[in-house]
This record gives sequence, structure tokens and C-alpha cells, in this order.
Amino acid sequence: MLRVSAALRLGAFQLDAQFEAEGGVTALFGRSGSGKTSLVNIIAGLLRPERGRIELDGQTLFDSEHGIDVPAERRRIGYVFQEGRLFPHLTVRQNLLFGRWFNRAAGPRIEFEQVVQLLGIDHLLARRPGALSGGEKQRVAIGRALLAGPRLLLMHYIERLRDELQIPIVYVSHSIEEVVRLADTVVVMSDGAVRATGAPQDVMGRLDLRPATGRYEAGAVIETRVLAYDEHDDVTTLGFEGGELLATNVDALIGEPVRVRVRARDVSLALRAPEDVSILNVLRGRVLEVREGAEAAADVRLAVGGATLLARVTRRSVERLKLAPGLEIYAMVKAISLDRHSTGFT
Amino acid sequence: MLVPTPEELEAIRLSLKVAALSVTASLPIAVAAAWLLARREFPGKTLLDAFVHLPLVLPPVVVGYFLLLLFGRYGPIGGPLERWFGVVFAFRWTGAALAAAVMGFPLMVRAMRLSLEAIDVRLEAAARTLGAGPLAVFFGVTLPLAMPGVITGAMLSFARGLGEFGATITFVSNIPGETRTLPIAIYTYTQVPGGDPQALRLSLIAVVLSLGALFASEVLARRTQRRVRGLDAQG
Repeated sequence: MLRVSAALRLGAFQLDAQFEAEGGVTALFGRSGSGKTSLVNIIAGLLRPERGRIELDGQTLFDSEHGIDVPAERRRIGYVFQEGRLFPHLTVRQNLLFGRWFNRAAGPRIEFEQVVQLLGIDHLLARRPGALSGGEKQRVAIGRALLAGPRLLLMHYIERLRDELQIPIVYVSHSIEEVVRLADTVVVMSDGAVRATGAPQDVMGRLDLRPATGRYEAGAVIETRVLAYDEHDDVTTLGFEGGELLATNVDALIGEPVRVRVRARDVSLALRAPEDVSILNVLRGRVLEVREGAEAAADVRLAVGGATLLARVTRRSVERLKLAPGLEIYAMVKAISLDRHSTGFT
Repeated sequence: MLVPTPEELEAIRLSLKVAALSVTASLPIAVAAAWLLARREFPGKTLLDAFVHLPLVLPPVVVGYFLLLLFGRYGPIGGPLERWFGVVFAFRWTGAALAAAVMGFPLMVRAMRLSLEAIDVRLEAAARTLGAGPLAVFFGVTLPLAMPGVITGAMLSFARGLGEFGATITFVSNIPGETRTLPIAIYTYTQVPGGDPQALRLSLIAVVLSLGALFASEVLARRTQRRVRGLDAQG
């Protein structure tokens, strides 16, 4: 359990953020300059907030009121930096073992061989970091952080490691796809403050967060499970709280949970059930909220069973169909728009 | 003609000994000074910086004279040193080493400071997140990465020590076998009638020694430079 509350002024930028995370993978999401990296540095102990309190697994790491400030080297919080930050004067093996030295009392939680195998860096051990590729550097950096026996891992870069690791992760996300694929909790940040915290499917469907989350394509996240797969035409049937969704190119086995991101611009609306259309997914729902944008577009939030969908339509359509909260409506989603890129295992 | 006489050999040996001691003894102090100047902000930093550079701009004779005043047997530092620790600098070869160390100090600190300032401090932050305390960060990351500057600084100071004349002769005089280093021996030969061939021979030896030191430092610095850039030893 991580509890963070921190305030700091950096020149003209004011950070004042609070959030809590319960294990698993927590994604800090927001535009660049929203304070994600500063917040992560504060958690690591590399940046000192003016006011605030940081608590990890019941231990207070920082408390401005009581003058507590555990130095970074004693927080046992691993940090995987964007550029890797491997020590150039040491070999890969020496880099990996660097943190072990100082954390022997804590005991090796994870074995050297296990990490090397997990990351596939066996062939790099004798090399120096200068000649490694970017991806290799990042994998070594992850291994180095893991071998220091951290209680929490801060990351600027994330791979599908979460099943193997039992360590909670807080990471700075650069893409909405990543959040959908990997995060258990999203913390949406803008202008140095936390706008929302919650599960991706709850947070990503909210219209009021759109200005904060910025320039990714709007869309809702739905938790589904694979019900059937038709080998003949490569169409997968996904079941969710509001019915069934047909998708293409899904890389999952029957019964597996899959998270789907339905982009708002791939959803069209109709007042009556359409007939003779190519669109395979026709879902019955109810309008929850209509938010008109500054330009031609309007975002419509729909309830489909227990799930939330977003539709981006023109303002003209809003007028023509008289879209308003409470209206019963049909949402249409092309199966082809739901593919490998918008789905992920949970 | 290049085979030195025992007298000349004595001067060469003494010079090497003096330069070696001066570098070894001043190295840790220079590292500390360079680190303070590169990494810390404190009141009086400009003053410390100026003080470190003083031997570079003062006439060597002046430095030697100050050393004589301070470290002489009745000086404010030299007196207590002799009384309490039995350490004497004045008119001893150790005094020549002290003079060489002082004169080479600014060169040493400058090279190390440049190297320290070039280090990516984010690497030190990374070391801290791995559990390394301040000392471990310094000896595990900072110092190894500053090695090219440390080597260059040490070599510059060594070369400077081999050639030190003004401060040395003022502080510890010209005593054969004790303080008559290579440059002082050359100077002595130029002052006696018929000493020219010997002066020339010693001068040529001085050239060889200096070139050797320079070459060695170049090779060593290049090798460590590769290391701190993170390149493999071969290829």
C-alpha cells in the first residue's frame, strides 16, 4: 500500500498531488509537464517536497510535519529510469549486482539467475553498457533494480513483467494503449495535480477528464472474457457486462480475460436497430451524458449494461437525433476496429 | 655520453622520489578540493578556488619563501610539527616533495574538477536508489568515473614536480644527495666552469623523463577514458 501526498513549487510549476495505490501496476498518466516524473522522483526520495507525507507498507518515508525524510538509499524503492542509467564503468554483471551489496541484510528476494533468465540478458553479462542497444539497456536496468530487492518499483518503461514479479509497480505512462494493457490503477494528472484515480475502465470512460488526459484518442475501456473464436473468419466473441462484442485478431484463448479499448470515433449511434449493415456489433444502451466540444465534435457517454462506452459524433448529429441523457439508443462498433492494438490481457 | 655519473644518477633518483611522494601525498587532498569545488556551494568557495590556484600565478620563489616561513623549524606549522611529531621539512628531501606538491596542486585540482563536473549526476542518483549511501556512491560511482581526470592530474603534477626549481631551492636549498634534484643539479653545473657537458646531458635526460611521463599518462588516460564511456576492452 502506497500513500502519497506531496506539494512542491518548481519555478512557475506547482505540484500538489495526492494518491493511493494498492499493489499491482499503477500508471501515472497525463500530458508531458503534468508532474508525473516529479512525483515519481519524490517517491524515490530524489526530490524533496516542501510539504507532504509518503507512506509505503505502513512505514513513513517522508513527513514534513514530523521532520521525517528517509534518504533514497534506505527506502528500498527500485527505480528504472527512462535512459537506463547503467554505470558505464561496470560490466552488465557488475551493474546487476551493484544493489546487492547494500541490501544484503534485506536478503535476496529474487535470484540472480532468475532475473537474468526472465530478462533474457544471459549473453550480455560480460559486456559493458556503452555498446548495448536501447532495449538491452532497459532490460539490464530492470534487472539491476530488481536485484536490489525493492518493495516498490518505479518505472519509466514497462514490459509485460507483472505476472512474474510480485512487486508493486508505479510507472509513468506514455501511451494509453499501455495503460489499457497493463495498469490496475490509473492516476490521471494535469498541471501538477491528480484529477482522478481508479481502474482504467472507470477512469477512461469519464468525459470530464478529457482535457486533462490530452491528445490521445478518446475511448472507453471494457473488461471482457473470450467466449468463442471462429477460425473460419478469424472473429473472436468477447463477453462483457453489457452483452457481447465481436473483435478481430485477438491474441487470447477461450476463457481468458481481455481488456478492450473502444475508441470513441469508432462508435456510431442510431435511434432504431439498424438492419442490413456491415457493422457486426450493435449494442443497446442509454445516453448518460453529452458533452459538446469547441469544434464540430461532441462526446457522448453511454451505459451499455454495466459497462460504459464513449461515442464521438458531430454536433450536427447530436441535434438531429436529439441526443440527451436518458435516451435509449443503439451503439454500433465495427468489429475490425477492435483488434490486437486495442486489446490486452489483464 | 648518455651514461650518467653516480652524482647525476643521485639527482635523477632523488627527483623521481620527490615527485612520487609529492603526488601520492597530495592526491587525496586534491580529490577532496576538486570535489568541493565541483559539487558543493558554500561561503568562501571563491576564496578556496583562488587559494588553490595561487601557486600557478605566484612567482615560485615567493611560494618557496612562504613555505620557509610556515614550515621552517621555527615557523608556525614547522615548529609544532617537529616538536610533536618529529617531522621536519626544512632542508630535507621531504621539504622538496612538499614544494613540488604545492606547485603541482592547482594542475591536479583543475584536471580532477573538470572530470568531476563532466560526470552525469543522474548516475549517482541511480546508485542511491540501489541502496548506496554517500560514501558508497563516491567510491563506487563518482571516483571511478572521474578516473581519467585523476590520472591526468596526477601525471601533470608528477611532471611539474620533476621540474620544480624555484620554490624548492628557496625552501630547502641545494644540498647534494638531499635536496639537489635534477633541475637544481643542472643549474649547479651551469654555475661551475666546465660543467656545460654535464648540464647538457642532464637536460637531455630531463627531456626523456618528461616525454616518458607524458606518454605514459596519455596511454593510461585513453584506456580509462574507454572504460568510463562504457566500451568493451576490445573492439
